[in-house]
Amino acid sequence: MHLTKEEEQTLNGEFGGGTQKAMELLVAIGDAYDAEKMIPISRAHAASSGQEGDMYFVELLADGGAKCRVPTSTNPVYDIKYFHKLFDVPKDEAEVARRVMEAYSKVGAILSWSCVPYLSENIPLYGESVAFSESSATPYVNSVIGAYTNREAAQSALAAGIIGKTPKYGLHIKENRKGTTLFDVKATLRDEFDYTLLGYYVGKAIGYGIPVLTGITRPPNTEELINFCAMSNTSGAISMFYIPGHTVEASTVKEAFQGDIPKQKITVTDRELKGVYEELQTTSKKADFIQLGCPHYTLKQIGKVAELLNGKKIHRDSSFWVCTSATTKLLADRVGYTNTIEKAGGRVVVDTCIDEPCWIAYKQKVGMTDSPKGAYYRRYREVRLERLQDCVKAAVNEEGKRKP
Amino acid sequence: MKTALKCHKIIGGYGEGEALVSHEPICFYLTDPKTGIVREKTHELAGKNISNKVLVFPSGKASSVVQIDGLFKLASHNLAPKAMIVKDVETVLIVSAFIAKVPLVDRLEKDPFKAIKTGDLVRVDANKGTVVVERHKS
Repeated sequence: MHLTKEEEQTLNGEFGGGTQKAMELLVAIGDAYDAEKMIPISRAHAASSGQEGDMYFVELLADGGAKCRVPTSTNPVYDIKYFHKLFDVPKDEAEVARRVMEAYSKVGAILSWSCVPYLSENIPLYGESVAFSESSATPYVNSVIGAYTNREAAQSALAAGIIGKTPKYGLHIKENRKGTTLFDVKATLRDEFDYTLLGYYVGKAIGYGIPVLTGITRPPNTEELINFCAMSNTSGAISMFYIPGHTVEASTVKEAFQGDIPKQKITVTDRELKGVYEELQTTSKKADFIQLGCPHYTLKQIGKVAELLNGKKIHRDSSFWVCTSATTKLLADRVGYTNTIEKAGGRVVVDTCIDEPCWIAYKQKVGMTDSPKGAYYRRYREVRLERLQDCVKAAVNEEGKRKP
Repeated sequence: MKTALKCHKIIGGYGEGEALVSHEPICFYLTDPKTGIVREKTHELAGKNISNKVLVFPSGKASSVVQIDGLFKLASHNLAPKAMIVKDVETVLIVSAFIAKVPLVDRLEKDPFKAIKTGDLVRVDANKGTVVVERHKS
């Protein structure tokens, strides 16, 4: 890969050890893909995770004096203060989370602790070159927004945010953004839950590639697209997709395939989605707790939960959680959704991913969620997967209405 | 018998050891971080130990968070492979090897699954772009 004089100097450590390490990683990636050069990026999203590998790298950069040159947002870890009051989180795991969060602060990242930063904290525009890790973020940014990003790891995205550049390879090149598989969607898509099942099916069916979806008549909404992205990039490695007519980069199937004839066509009916739904259930037992917000719920989804819980009580034997970003919670507080949910006995938590050690109390329990991704990475014993409305229904004890 | 082959450096460094060949992609999170034994029951390497081996495999798999953490944990117990020879690279595997400081190469001038067999002594010099395979007649 060709390096400019300044890039060479960075690689030689002339601007400090932290930026040197970041550059070393980017050069290794660029060389691996035979990138001709590096290109500037305008923003990055590091899928911080509060795990040891994550801690090692961000501390290496922070201790070496590195600072983000472009806005770089962070993924949820967990709300340490909040959870430590409630549960007995193992000390060593809590220490990793604390150090990770401190190091991201030290490198000057936007401390969003949100997995949907493209909605409010760090928003790319059409055609922007960026480096976004996180399962929903990569495909959302490429497909829904039409910005350019590769399927980054947390560390390569952070390194790109530090340097302000990324090697030019993969999805930064137009020819590589060509559709690979045509999906004819004949399944009924009512809400984001159906889109999660569809995403899960598509990712699993091809594993890797750029799916092009046809047959979708009603324009998908934000929540539906977020969930399609998160799930297809969990069951598979889907960095980009097209729904011609609804996503921005191609208005026709032909355009999505850049003029080529699709080599593979897969039809998806209600039967396939039902298959995914059944595959992910591990029990039909009563849920001990209900966990929503993977990916982080939007204000609209929190509003839906509040509407369904209004005037009701959560069953005393189960607990009810909604995960969201700090910015969304601010508005949920302001418009009264949080109050309604808390009155019913539920909790709205910020900065937290459902795949973190703070949920230790549920390790041997039965959980219910509307997220196949949450079910896939579950930190609990058994899982039931249901749509939002049914999760709320299961949490509510009708008796509670009369005897609060 | 000794064969010297050219390769393409991804993560630099030198590592030598006994070869362990896997025809299936590998997820490091599914190995025991305290022993290096592959725990994934359906994997062809199930029950085999990858630590201190020169690992030959087609590619990595699984999400970035678990893959990177998996190899990092092995490395912090000194149980990472000595070097890795792969057919297809992707960003996550590159980051994993970078963080765990394991030499990683691809584009071996011969098909690695034909040139290397489990048990061969393999020397990987990623910086020089060479792989030396030594096989003793049994």
